[in-house]
Amino acid sequence: MTWLPAWTLFRREIVRFLRQRNRVVSALVQPLLFWVLFGAGFSGSLRVGTGAGQGSYEFLFPGMVVLVIVFTAVFATFSLIQDRNEGFLQSVLVAPVSRSGIVLGKVAGGGALALGQGVVFLCLAPVAGVPLSVGTFALSLVVLALIAFALTALGLAGGWLMDSVQGFHAVMMLLVMPLWLLSGAFLPLGGAPPWLRAIMFANPLTYGVAAFRHALYPGGLPGQDLPPMGVSLAASAAFAALFFGAAWFVVGRRTRGDLR
Amino acid sequence: MSAVPAPLELDGLTRAYDGRTALDAVTFAVRAGELFGLLGPNGSGKTTLFRVACTLLAPSGGSARIFGHALPTESAEARRAIGVVFQSSSLDVHLTVRENLLHQGHLYGLRGRELSQRIADGLARAGLAERARERVGALSGGQKRRVELAKGLLHGPRLLLLDEPTNGLDPAARRELWDHLAALRDEGVASLVTTHLMEEAERCDRVAILDAGRLVALGTPHELRTGLGGDVVTAEPAATDRADVLLRAVRERLGVEAQAVGGVVRVRTGDGGPLVARMLAELGDQVASVSVGRPTLEDVFLERTGRSFAA
Repeated sequence: MTWLPAWTLFRREIVRFLRQRNRVVSALVQPLLFWVLFGAGFSGSLRVGTGAGQGSYEFLFPGMVVLVIVFTAVFATFSLIQDRNEGFLQSVLVAPVSRSGIVLGKVAGGGALALGQGVVFLCLAPVAGVPLSVGTFALSLVVLALIAFALTALGLAGGWLMDSVQGFHAVMMLLVMPLWLLSGAFLPLGGAPPWLRAIMFANPLTYGVAAFRHALYPGGLPGQDLPPMGVSLAASAAFAALFFGAAWFVVGRRTRGDLR
Repeated sequence: MSAVPAPLELDGLTRAYDGRTALDAVTFAVRAGELFGLLGPNGSGKTTLFRVACTLLAPSGGSARIFGHALPTESAEARRAIGVVFQSSSLDVHLTVRENLLHQGHLYGLRGRELSQRIADGLARAGLAERARERVGALSGGQKRRVELAKGLLHGPRLLLLDEPTNGLDPAARRELWDHLAALRDEGVASLVTTHLMEEAERCDRVAILDAGRLVALGTPHELRTGLGGDVVTAEPAATDRADVLLRAVRERLGVEAQAVGGVVRVRTGDGGPLVARMLAELGDQVASVSVGRPTLEDVFLERTGRSFAA
């Protein structure tokens, strides 16, 4: 009993999302705002380290797509806490459903939502001056999917261990924002001092962002000092597998949260 | 053990919870097709027992079996056999009534035409057929509870577990729910219902009374009440809210043991008549009314625990 429950949990995630319009809007508008404001603010100062002659709007664009995904994927955590607080989850836990079915359904649902919104934002690429062809779009899709499912799995594992919405917000601020800020999405790897670069290279999301940049610019991005495409893709896939495994492990255990 | 295993069989069930013993060697069985009440004040352990029965908590001692399936090792089999109605709603308010049931069916491996038929039957039975396409959020409390019940029954369980199912319902909806449970019992579906209300326990075939994690009484409501024997004299104080004053007077002036429960003074006695006469003669100015009745489950609780139920 894994696939049918997983499918129904996946479907529910999508239906719920589409019925909560404010979620659709806020996940897209906030990164758009960031992009416009930061793009304008950094237009003079971000030349250093971006290389490849990119302007600030163009440099920040991939990072903003990733931010859309980060926000939406992390919302999967929130949706899990909501399921708990609204009591919905208790009926899932007493149903003859394997815990792996729950993980599959939730990660697939949250991941698909994150990917979908990332792609909507990706379609703005021409506006940002980012060239987009069928090939680069397709490869970007693969990379974004990896990022979306990895982050959703991570969010699910975190949410399962968490009791409250307050805890969720704390984690958001202390973990997720730094994760994004230090991924090369916002601060260029090339211009960072060595100690910061060390942190950035330890950040799983750095490889996702790098892979995404490579996917968008098959001609290469000299001067941005990105890890190579092969390494970035492999690392992203490895982290996705790792986070999925973590979610699998965590959800399989009984927690106090099961009883709410 | 009999040839057909009981819907729920607890043997010395113990469960530590939050560092204290929430259930202490509880033994009883719910029989096939029985409406079984689990009565106890808040903190008596009935919710813990409910959680063990619905596979969310593992026993820390003793055993719990659902139709012969030991918990927690055979939880998967047990889960197929039980329907669960939680105290708080488990419905998704963003989905329609029908979508909620579809989702539930899928979780139990049901699909296609069979599932549609079951949903149609369940909704017809709940009197909600024409609300199927409405969002759950738009329903009244009583209607939500009916959807909840239809959800728990969707896969055709032979044991229904309900935790304080009438919580937050108006009297009409409460009555309706109990009528529904009685009808299910007549169809052979056993129910275990937790409650802290005496009048609900009275509607059950058998009742287990829990106090501080221990089973203090088990039997039909009739057996439990008549087991006490005698009468109960109830006196209402003339000055409202002064049951304590009247209680002292009854104890000191009449020399009988009594309890103040819910604003009135109750005295258990072999034959109520003479006591009523004495009470009226000696304390006539302090009582507003005196009545004689048979013992209630409240008295059973009092007798077995030495404390009033005071829900």
